[in-house]
Amino acid sequence: MAVDDTAPLALSAGELPRTDALGVFTRPRPKAGWRGWVTTVDHKKVGIMYGAAALVFFLVGGFEALLIRAQLWAPRQTLLSADQYNQVYTMHGTTMVFLVVMPIGAAFANYLMPLQIGARDVAFPRINAFSFWAFLFGGLFLNTSWIFGGGADGGWFMYAPNSGVIYSASHGIDFWNLGLIITGIASLTGAVNLITTVINMRAPGMTLMKMPIFTWMTLVTQFLLLFAIPVITAAQFLLMFDRLFDANFFNVQQGANPLLWQHLFWVFGHPEVYLMILPAFGIVSDLLPVYSRKPIFGYTFIVFSGIAIGFMGWGVWAHHMFVSGIGPISVTVFSLTTMFIAVPTGVKILNWTATMVGGKLKFDTPMLFSIGLITMFTIGGLSGVSHSVAPSDTQQTDTYYIVAHFHYVLFGGAFLGFMGGFYFWWPKAFGYMLNEKVGKLNFWLMLIGFNLTFGPMHILGLQGMSRRIYTYDEGFGFTFWNKLATIGAFTLATSVAIFLFNIFYSYKKAKSANLACPDDPWDARTLEWISPNPTPEWNFDPIPVVTRVDDFWYRKYEETSDHRLVRIAATDEVIQRSDGKNVHLPSPSYWPIVTAFGLPIIAYGLIFTLWLCLIGGIITVAGIYGWALEPPDDPDAGHAHDDDHHLDPSDDHSAAELTEGDSAGIDADVVAKEMESVG
Amino acid sequence: MASVTVPVEHGSGEPGLGDLSTIDHGHETNTGISNTKLAMWLFLGSECLLFGGLITTYLIYKTPLPGQLGPQDGLFDIPFTSVSSFVLLMSSLTMVLSHSALEKGDYYRCRVWLGATALLGSLFISGQIYEFTAFVREGLGFTSSRFSSAFYVLTGFHGVHVTVGIIMLISTLLLSVRGKLPKEKAETLEIVGLYWHFVDVVWVIIFVVIYLIPEGVPA
Repeated sequence: MAVDDTAPLALSAGELPRTDALGVFTRPRPKAGWRGWVTTVDHKKVGIMYGAAALVFFLVGGFEALLIRAQLWAPRQTLLSADQYNQVYTMHGTTMVFLVVMPIGAAFANYLMPLQIGARDVAFPRINAFSFWAFLFGGLFLNTSWIFGGGADGGWFMYAPNSGVIYSASHGIDFWNLGLIITGIASLTGAVNLITTVINMRAPGMTLMKMPIFTWMTLVTQFLLLFAIPVITAAQFLLMFDRLFDANFFNVQQGANPLLWQHLFWVFGHPEVYLMILPAFGIVSDLLPVYSRKPIFGYTFIVFSGIAIGFMGWGVWAHHMFVSGIGPISVTVFSLTTMFIAVPTGVKILNWTATMVGGKLKFDTPMLFSIGLITMFTIGGLSGVSHSVAPSDTQQTDTYYIVAHFHYVLFGGAFLGFMGGFYFWWPKAFGYMLNEKVGKLNFWLMLIGFNLTFGPMHILGLQGMSRRIYTYDEGFGFTFWNKLATIGAFTLATSVAIFLFNIFYSYKKAKSANLACPDDPWDARTLEWISPNPTPEWNFDPIPVVTRVDDFWYRKYEETSDHRLVRIAATDEVIQRSDGKNVHLPSPSYWPIVTAFGLPIIAYGLIFTLWLCLIGGIITVAGIYGWALEPPDDPDAGHAHDDDHHLDPSDDHSAAELTEGDSAGIDADVVAKEMESVG
Repeated sequence: MASVTVPVEHGSGEPGLGDLSTIDHGHETNTGISNTKLAMWLFLGSECLLFGGLITTYLIYKTPLPGQLGPQDGLFDIPFTSVSSFVLLMSSLTMVLSHSALEKGDYYRCRVWLGATALLGSLFISGQIYEFTAFVREGLGFTSSRFSSAFYVLTGFHGVHVTVGIIMLISTLLLSVRGKLPKEKAETLEIVGLYWHFVDVVWVIIFVVIYLIPEGVPA
């Protein structure tokens, strides 16, 4: 596994006696096995858990997709009833957006971002763990709707008043509402945490404009989450009050405005689109230079176009509503802004292409996926621009053309990028390489399956086939293209199976052959590769000092005056080898999972019986207080100087700090004194 | 309370360089702003959008359908709400006084003002509960109209935020009484204060939007 559980933590030797008057709660020690995962606050383990949970939800959402495609294989199929079909496509969309693409972005952000900026953990390790557990419990809660009377059935955007009790009497939409409020809390706390980390915890010399582009895109993404999530949360609270407590926000009989939901939803929903794609943009921006053996073309442009997308993403939401009757002026304005936002996106595509031009291209699997993203996203982007033309969009609305478009950007864009990221950083996280041959098969099958599934949908849409209708009649010319799409979907499923096979196959092979994982298999450029593979628990020892973009690369290579690269150091010389003995790491904690566990119980209570809310509320509040009163042997527990508690003079690890900060010894004395007096 | 007040300087002159620790020392972050304070600011930024959504909703629904009870029927007791708004605003003043006392090491005054802040906050909440019950007695239920739903949800969300703030204040007060809020930790109180001032500022907006904007303007 990625983390060496036997690694000594400073606390086991150097902790101070517990003088905390309220310290009846002791913190768990790092453990091997499942308890180590449940109580972990390590950003790497949290990242891996995000990824694993998202992949499980990906299989669930993929199964729902296959049900849809099987139902549409031929006209007038009866595999799913109309009602079941509504539930399946709603849950497919919801799962893929909120429980797959967003958390995979969070998985990469959690695992890589601290490594890329040279930090040992995120700013608030326990909040990080809480974010994961809240996401997981929210996702599981949402999916339990299947056993409590059926899933949500209003489409992933849940337009009101169609989402009211009158039109959807089952509890599906309540589960959708409350489940997404919980995952929203997870995203929000995660955003606060990750933004703080990027802004405050960079290694010496790592200025903002020296950060790897993935970290930049993570920063933009988290800002989008920070401001987008509360809007959908507000909307979902309104819907919850309507559905569970008879409020009148979407009750048309009481003069409610149906556009209210659409506006609130898409004010969240369009930034959401960008926050799903930007992490993948960041990934390919870090991958392409590695396989082109060239620096990224126009680093500043890439960064600023990402920021521009982040800003402009807030001004285009109503292009989802061109047929809602929002008036000609609104339509014109949002048409124009939509055309404009294609510019920064086009800048990125240009930069990626220019990065490859003249490079020594190496077509390893991650590179293939990156090129896959560029080409497929370009197709999706072009059909997207065609939506900005309002008259044309009016024809395309609610047809399969839209379905084709957003799958090209979300699967062909985001997911292919994530796949490239998986293949690229797998050795970093797990200490073994994924098999290249299987990987290439994985890529080509996925690319073919993807185009076979979603390519024909452009044609179906332009022929007038509606989305969200459970079947179609013969004679419209839909049958052939639907059959093709269904074949494509199962090809895609096969490629996912091959990916999962590759994970286990490569692991077995690496284990049986006792292969040592190479530390820099791709001749990489960014800072995370400076630590050996798999990443040790302490990340860096010592914290590297950064001097330029692609710092790791320039520790290995130097440019001569005639612009040729000369190797100046072997990999072994630049990789950090350290036992991490002097590193203080935050202790694990029980409370994040406890606090998160109360949330779905509150949600069940809101749906079924309010008594459960009390129980869930008590668990969550107890969790928060347990959290706050935990002994402060954790960086995010204390302020001022008492968090220097690890500077115990009797502990040899303070010696290292003494050499660089000669006041540290005094600190320790002060702390010891203060502990006596205030304790 | 006898607290040690030795000033503590950290590390060498160059912040961060060669620093072995990633721990937030309050003033060793890249920006010089501590992680906790930055996080609170970010959270409050996010809260603006939450209240933004709810205030927008209220503005759309502020006139009920014809014949339904609403602001045009003299529902709001503006003098009463003005007084309770004044109470809430004064609690911001006591919050600042409490923080300033803590920074000076005056623990007694810190606790007095902290307690006063919590008390004023509770007074505001009591006023809100009284107002809600009065409205319900006058026939304005949560489900009565689009206006009533929007009104109760917006003011209710704010009330919940104030209540959470009061809980934070009381928790901080307890910490202080137990001697766990020394002068050096004044930032903890400052961060609680940030949240508290935020809910006050939001109330100023809500008060203007709901009570002071002339009635009868069609939505």
